[in-house]
Amino acid sequence: MNSVNSTFKFKWGNHMFKKLVVAAVATSFTLTASVSYAGPKAEVLHWWTSGGEAKSVAVLQKEFSENGGSWTDMPVAGGGGDAAMTALRARVLSGNAPAAVQLKGPSIQEWYEEGALADISAVAKKNNWSKVLPASIAGHMKCEGKWCAAPVNVHRIDWIWANASVLSSNGFGMPKTWDEFNATARALQAKGIIPLAHGGQAWQDATVFEAVALGIGGANFFHDAFVKLDKKALQSDTMVKVFDQMRIMRGFVDKNFSGRDWNLATAMVMNGEAAFQIMGDWAKGEFLAAGKVPGKDFLCASTPGEGFLYNVDSFAMFKVKGSERQDGQKLLAKLIVGKNFQKVFNLNKGSIPARTDVSLNEFDHCAHVSAADMNASSVGGTLLPSYAHGMALRGAQAGAITDTVTAHFNSKMSSKDAVAMLVKAIDNSK
Amino acid sequence: MSNWLEKHLPKIVLGPSFLAIILFVYGFIAWTAWISFTKSRLMPKYDIVGFIQYDRLFDSPRWDVAIDNLFIFGFLFILISMFLGLLIAIFLDQKIRIEGALRTIYLYPMALSLIVTGTAWKWILNPGLGLEAVVKSWGFTNFTFDWVINPDFAIYTVVIAGVWQASGFVMALFLAGLRSVDQEIIKAAQVDGVPTFKIYSAIIIPSMAPIFLSAFIVLAHLAIKSFDLVIALTGGGPGYATDLPATYMYTMAFSRGDIGQAASSAIIMMLVVFAVVVPYLYSELRNKNDQ
Amino acid sequence: MINNTNGINYTNLILRILLYFFLSVFVLYYLLPLFVMITTSLKSLEEIRTGSLVALPRNITFEAWGTAWSSACTGIQCEGLKPYFWNSIFIAIPAVFISTLIGALNGYVVAQWRFKGANMIFALMLFGCFIPFQVVLLPMARVLGLMDLAGSISGLIFVHVIYGIGFTTLFFRNYYVNIPSELVKAAKMDGATFLRIFWSIFLPLSLPIIVVTVIWQFTQIWNDFLFGVSFSEAGTQPITVALNNIVNSTTGVKEYNVDMAAAIIAAMPTLLVYIFAGKYFIRGLTAGSVKG
Repeated sequence: MNSVNSTFKFKWGNHMFKKLVVAAVATSFTLTASVSYAGPKAEVLHWWTSGGEAKSVAVLQKEFSENGGSWTDMPVAGGGGDAAMTALRARVLSGNAPAAVQLKGPSIQEWYEEGALADISAVAKKNNWSKVLPASIAGHMKCEGKWCAAPVNVHRIDWIWANASVLSSNGFGMPKTWDEFNATARALQAKGIIPLAHGGQAWQDATVFEAVALGIGGANFFHDAFVKLDKKALQSDTMVKVFDQMRIMRGFVDKNFSGRDWNLATAMVMNGEAAFQIMGDWAKGEFLAAGKVPGKDFLCASTPGEGFLYNVDSFAMFKVKGSERQDGQKLLAKLIVGKNFQKVFNLNKGSIPARTDVSLNEFDHCAHVSAADMNASSVGGTLLPSYAHGMALRGAQAGAITDTVTAHFNSKMSSKDAVAMLVKAIDNSK
Repeated sequence: MSNWLEKHLPKIVLGPSFLAIILFVYGFIAWTAWISFTKSRLMPKYDIVGFIQYDRLFDSPRWDVAIDNLFIFGFLFILISMFLGLLIAIFLDQKIRIEGALRTIYLYPMALSLIVTGTAWKWILNPGLGLEAVVKSWGFTNFTFDWVINPDFAIYTVVIAGVWQASGFVMALFLAGLRSVDQEIIKAAQVDGVPTFKIYSAIIIPSMAPIFLSAFIVLAHLAIKSFDLVIALTGGGPGYATDLPATYMYTMAFSRGDIGQAASSAIIMMLVVFAVVVPYLYSELRNKNDQ
Repeated sequence: MINNTNGINYTNLILRILLYFFLSVFVLYYLLPLFVMITTSLKSLEEIRTGSLVALPRNITFEAWGTAWSSACTGIQCEGLKPYFWNSIFIAIPAVFISTLIGALNGYVVAQWRFKGANMIFALMLFGCFIPFQVVLLPMARVLGLMDLAGSISGLIFVHVIYGIGFTTLFFRNYYVNIPSELVKAAKMDGATFLRIFWSIFLPLSLPIIVVTVIWQFTQIWNDFLFGVSFSEAGTQPITVALNNIVNSTTGVKEYNVDMAAAIIAAMPTLLVYIFAGKYFIRGLTAGSVKG
C-alpha cells in the first residue's frame, strides 16, 4: 500500500534526475521484471493550509492512498489563492502543471481556453455525475460540454450569524428585511453593542455588498447586474439604493474594522461584543470549533431577501503527461465526487455536499437549512453564483466591482458617484 | 594562441554575465513591453492590438492612487531613511561604549523578510490591539493613532515600517563613510578651533556626497520594489488606499488574470526607475572616467 | 571621531546625555517588533487572546516553538518548518557562492582591465538590480521549462545567481576600483597572467568585500518568496513558502504564537549572520566599497 511521500526529495534538476532514473532502471532490468508503472500519482495544488481545512483535505489524501494512489501535496497559502495562482501560472508556462488545482468559477473555463485542462468526461459518465449533481453546479464543471473539474462542496455566502443571547436579551429576532436589520442594529448600537462585526478587507466588503444587493434588488436584478453585467441594471436606481444601504452598514461597524481577519470578526460575535456578522458558511466552522451550539449560542439565517448565493470549491484537472499522472487524475476525480469524501469533507468544513444524494443525518441544523434552501431556490430559479467569491464573473470584472465597493465603503463617496464609478470600472475591465 | 586568450580573457570572463543580463533582464523587459501591447488575459498572447492597455491603465482610479502613493511613499521613505540613517550614524560616531550592540540593533531589521515582521507591525499599528490601545491603557484615554485604518493616512504607516527596515542599512553606509573621511583635515579643523557642529556640516558631510548617492540608489530600489511590505502590512487597504505599482501589477497579473494590464503597469514602473537611475549612472561613470 | 578634551565640560555632559537618550528612543523603535514577536511566541493562545500586545508573558512556554519547527501544518503535511529548512540551505549556499565568485571576477575585469565599452557593459549590468521580480516571473517560467529546470533546486539556484550578478558585480567593482592599478602593471611586467593576478593579489585583499557580498546575497536569497513559490514544486519549496503557508492561511484558527515562532525560526540564519558578521559588514563597507 503506497503511503503519502512525506520525505522531501532533492530534485537536482529533472534532466539529471531522469538520467539517474534511466540508469537505475537499466541495471535493475536484468534482475527483475522491471515495473515502470508505480501506480496512480497526483500532485495537488491548493491553499487549504490551516488546521481544520488541512484535515479535510487529508481525508481525500487518505482515500486516495487507500486506493493505491500516491499524493504529492503542493500547498500555497495566502490571499484567497493569489499566491497559488502565481505558482500555477509559472508551472503551466514552464510546462510542468500540477495534476489537480483548487479552482472555481469562470477561471476554470478561462484556463480551458488556454488549452491547459484535461477532459475527465469518462470518469463523469462512469460515475453518473450528471445525475447526482445539480444542473447549475454541473455547468461550472464543464468546459464546452466536456467535464474538466470535480466539485467539492457548496458554500452559501448570504448568511447572517448572530449571538443568540444578545438578541434574545434585547428582545430581537433574526431580521427578515433590511429595514428590520437597520432598526435592530440602531437599537443595539444605542446599548453599546457593535451591530455588525466586519473585517475591512476587500473581499469581505464585497461579501456584504452582494448579500445586500440580492436582498434589495432580488434575484433577477442580481443576475442582470452581476452575471450578465447588464448596463441598465448596473446604472439603475436599485443599484443606488444598494449603495445607500452599504453606507448605512458602514455606520454599524466598529472603529477598528480595517484589515481585520474574518475569523476575528466571528470571535466578536461569539463573545457578545457584536451582534451580527454577514459571512459565508465557513463562519459556522469557527463557531463549532469553539464549542458553540447552533440554535443555542449562535443563530444562523439567510440574509434578508430571496435567493441563495453559492460558491462551489472544486479541483480542476490540468493536462499532464504519463499514464501514472493521468490515472491519478481520474482516480482523484472519482473520489472527490464520491459519497464518503463529500460527506466527511463538508462535515469538517461547514459547507454542504455538492452531491445531492448524500445523507445529511450527521449535519447540523444550519446545514439542513442550507440544503433545503438550495433545493428550493434551484427549483424557483433563485440559485445564483456569488460574484464576490469568483463564481459569477471573471477575475478582471469581479475585481473592478470589488474595487468600487471597497472604495465606496472606505470613503464618503455618494451612492450616485459609486454607481458611476462602478459602470466605468466594469467598462475599463473588459 | 595563449597570447590571444590572455588578451581577450577579461572579455571572455565578463561575457557570460553580460549575455545573461541582456537576455534575462533586457530580453524580459522587451517581452513585457510586447505583452503590454496585446490583449493577454490569463496567459500571454502575442498579437499586437495597440495602446489599449495603457488607455485602461490611465483610466483606472486605482492606478492613480498607486502612482501617487509611489511618489508620496518614495519621497518620504528615502528622505526619512537618509535623515535617520545619517543622524544615527553621527550619534554612533561619537565613541559610544556599546556601539557594537547598538549597531546590530539598528541593522537587524534588514535581515528579516517582511512576511516575518509584517504581522508584528500590523498589530503594533492596529488601534484596537497595538500602540493606541497600550497608551490608552496607561491612562491617556484621548490618545489616537489610527492611521492604519484611515484611507488618507494609511500610506504613512507603510513609511514607518519601511523606514524601520531600511534605515539601519543606510546608517551602516553612512557610518562607514564617516569613518573613512581623512583624519588630517579634521584634526586641522579642530586645531583651528572650528566647533564640532561646523566640522560636520562644512567638512564631513559634503565629502560624503558619493555615499549619499549610493544610499539613494539602494533606497530608491527598495521603494520601487516595495511589495512584501504593503501586502504584509495593509494588504493594499483600506480599500486600495495603500496600493503601489508593484502590488497593482501583481494583482492584475495573478489575481485578475489580466496580464496585459499588468505588463503595461510594469513598463510604466520601469520608466520611472529609468528616470531615477540613469542620471545617477551617468554622473557616476562620468566621474570614474575623469580619474 | 571628534575628540573634545576640555575636562569636565557641562555642555558636553548634557549633549552626551541627550545623545544616549535619543539612541535609546531609536532602540525602542527598532526593537519593538522583535519584542512583540518574541513575547508572543512564548505565550499560550489564551494569554494572547486576553492579554495586551506588549505585555510580557505570564507563563513562558516553548510549545509554540516546537510546533513551528516540527508539527505546524503547511498543507496536508504537518511537519513544521524542518523539511523546508534544508531546501533553503541547498538553494542559498550554492547560489551565494556562485554569484559571489562571478561578481568578484566581473568586478575585477571592470575595475582593472579597462577595455572599450567596459563601463557601458557595467552600467547595463547595474540596471539589472532594479528590475521588479514580478516582471520576470512569467518569461523566466517559460525559459526554465525549456531548460528542463522547472521545479528543481538547480532551477532556483540558477535564477538567484542571474539576478544576483548585478549587485555582486557592483560591490566588487566599487571595492577593486580603489586598488591602485600600479599593482596590476607591475605584476604584468613580471609576467603574471590575468587569472594569476586575480588569485594571488586581488583575492587575498578581498575578505571585507566578500563578507559584505555574502551577507547581502544570503539575505536576499534566503528571504525571497516570489521566486521560491513560482519555481518550486512539492518537495523543493524553500522555507519562506512554508512560513507563508503557516502564517497566511485564509481560514481557520490563527495560532499567533506558532506564527511568530515560525517567523523567528525562518529568520534565524540571516539574523545570526547579521549579529556575528555585522562587524565585518561595516569594515567591508568602510574599505572602499561605499565611496564608489
